[in-house]
Amino acid sequence: MSIKIEHLNYIYSQGTAYEKQALKDICLEIPHGEFVGIIGHTGSGKSTLIQHLNGLIKATDGIICYNGENIYGERYNMKELRNQVGLVFQYPEHQLFEVDVLSDVCFGPKNQGFSREECEKRAKEALKLVGLKEKYHQSSPFELSGGQKRRAAIAGVLAMRPKVLILDEPTAGLDPKGRDEILEQIAYLHKETDITVILVSHSMEDIAKYADRIIVMNQGQVMYNSTPKEVFAHYKELEEVGLAAPQVTYIMHEIAKKGLAVDTGATTVKEAADSIMEVLGK
Amino acid sequence: MERMVQTEDLVFEYAKRDEEGNVVGTQRAIDQVSLEVKEGQFIAILGHNGSGKSTLAKHINAILVPTEGTVWVGGRNTKDADELWNVRQSAGMVFQNPDNQIIGTVVEEDVGFGPENLGVPTDEIWKRVEESLQAVGMISYRHHSPNKLSGGQKQRVAIAGVIAMRPKCIVLDEPTAMLDPNGRKEVLRTVEKLRRQEKVTVILITHYMEEVIDADRVFVMDHGRVVMDGTPREIFSQVDMLKEYRLDVPQVTILADELRKRGLDIPAGILRKEELVDVLCRLK
Repeated sequence: MSIKIEHLNYIYSQGTAYEKQALKDICLEIPHGEFVGIIGHTGSGKSTLIQHLNGLIKATDGIICYNGENIYGERYNMKELRNQVGLVFQYPEHQLFEVDVLSDVCFGPKNQGFSREECEKRAKEALKLVGLKEKYHQSSPFELSGGQKRRAAIAGVLAMRPKVLILDEPTAGLDPKGRDEILEQIAYLHKETDITVILVSHSMEDIAKYADRIIVMNQGQVMYNSTPKEVFAHYKELEEVGLAAPQVTYIMHEIAKKGLAVDTGATTVKEAADSIMEVLGK
Repeated sequence: MERMVQTEDLVFEYAKRDEEGNVVGTQRAIDQVSLEVKEGQFIAILGHNGSGKSTLAKHINAILVPTEGTVWVGGRNTKDADELWNVRQSAGMVFQNPDNQIIGTVVEEDVGFGPENLGVPTDEIWKRVEESLQAVGMISYRHHSPNKLSGGQKQRVAIAGVIAMRPKCIVLDEPTAMLDPNGRKEVLRTVEKLRRQEKVTVILITHYMEEVIDADRVFVMDHGRVVMDGTPREIFSQVDMLKEYRLDVPQVTILADELRKRGLDIPAGILRKEELVDVLCRLK
């Protein structure tokens, strides 16, 4: 599903003393099947923006179109939209509630009206996608480790077979291995299916590694919207708005300052190593 | 240097209960941990989710007391009920989510809550509130509402609330996990300042490897045990072993490691970008 956002504005508590414009004139296009990263400081409007994408928040004005159809149109089926746009909130494991993992993951498809067999089929498929082994299916979700809980919660959204998957800081609080496992699973899912992924993160390194394109939010507006290489070339401007470039990008700039002709646009360890070897390797 | 924290053969077991609340078994979260932290040191604790880091941290201000073994904080046994308040006063704790520990409706009232509970006289409370907010760089927000602050600002207010109780030691349990890059920098700079200026002992638990390169000592935990113990350089030169414990190394170290594997003459255990840049320039 392609997404097109035109002149979107959102004002919190309009008409009261607490009135605040959270989104200002957002125009974005996300083609079907893209892996998009969203970065921005706390309060920049990232979470407000993604909650518009499955209709949890209604824009003050502007339009959002999925496959060319305006979701604010009178006859638009918002329920169907929520089936197709899966939103994984921060700390989604706080939403686990069922007696066992499998039932928890079945909750979504059950609400979509599928038969019990179909729900279980979809739930098992989703659990496989996130790499939770069958021996955990009958465990209480509360007996799992932090990373496993997080994956069970993501499976709960995947079981609804969304066409767009939005994740709000899916790795916050996880250990490095747990972080890599989840991101690798999401990358795998993106490669194997034609799902559109929108990843919100505070880790510049992770965003650089996985996203095709980065949207930078600042004070409710889109500040940059481009490839990781181009976005992180503006590392000084990013620092001014509370962000940063991945560490390797800084290293490459330092090396370049000392007179080695390395690529300062490298944003991942692999790109950096390739460029350094090209200059120094024999 | 005086000992700030000492644990001897510390064991902690959680009771597993069935639906009626009967104990059906135990789970060992801390297994025979003996360690020592000296006054003024900066200690980092690494370990995967469920390795026992937070359980260990909770022993340092007596939120939990040992099942077996002993914990001394500032020379006081945490099992001694008469010393409980003294232990809690000498070791303060900052948690991952600042929203869970901010209770006041105005920043300065929130910071004053701790010393007020200690029975500190009113004039002294205000003095401490002011000093603490100065120390974390939040004095200009003293009359603001905490819920209008950014994550990094809230976390600094939470830290001010702890230091207003004048602890000798502060334990930070993943204080930056929920923050954006700037918020992370703000919090780390504040912790650094507390160490240098106020000589507070700092015990930092984190999943960000970059945050521990300045530590005096790093402990790595796995299955409730301390499995590695050394300086950041000693710890981070063992990339493969850290990976086995589900951990990582700073991105600079990964890059240095990758270049070494590809045949460049680079020493192990590089922690800072300046070091790598120097080494590479010499290879030119």
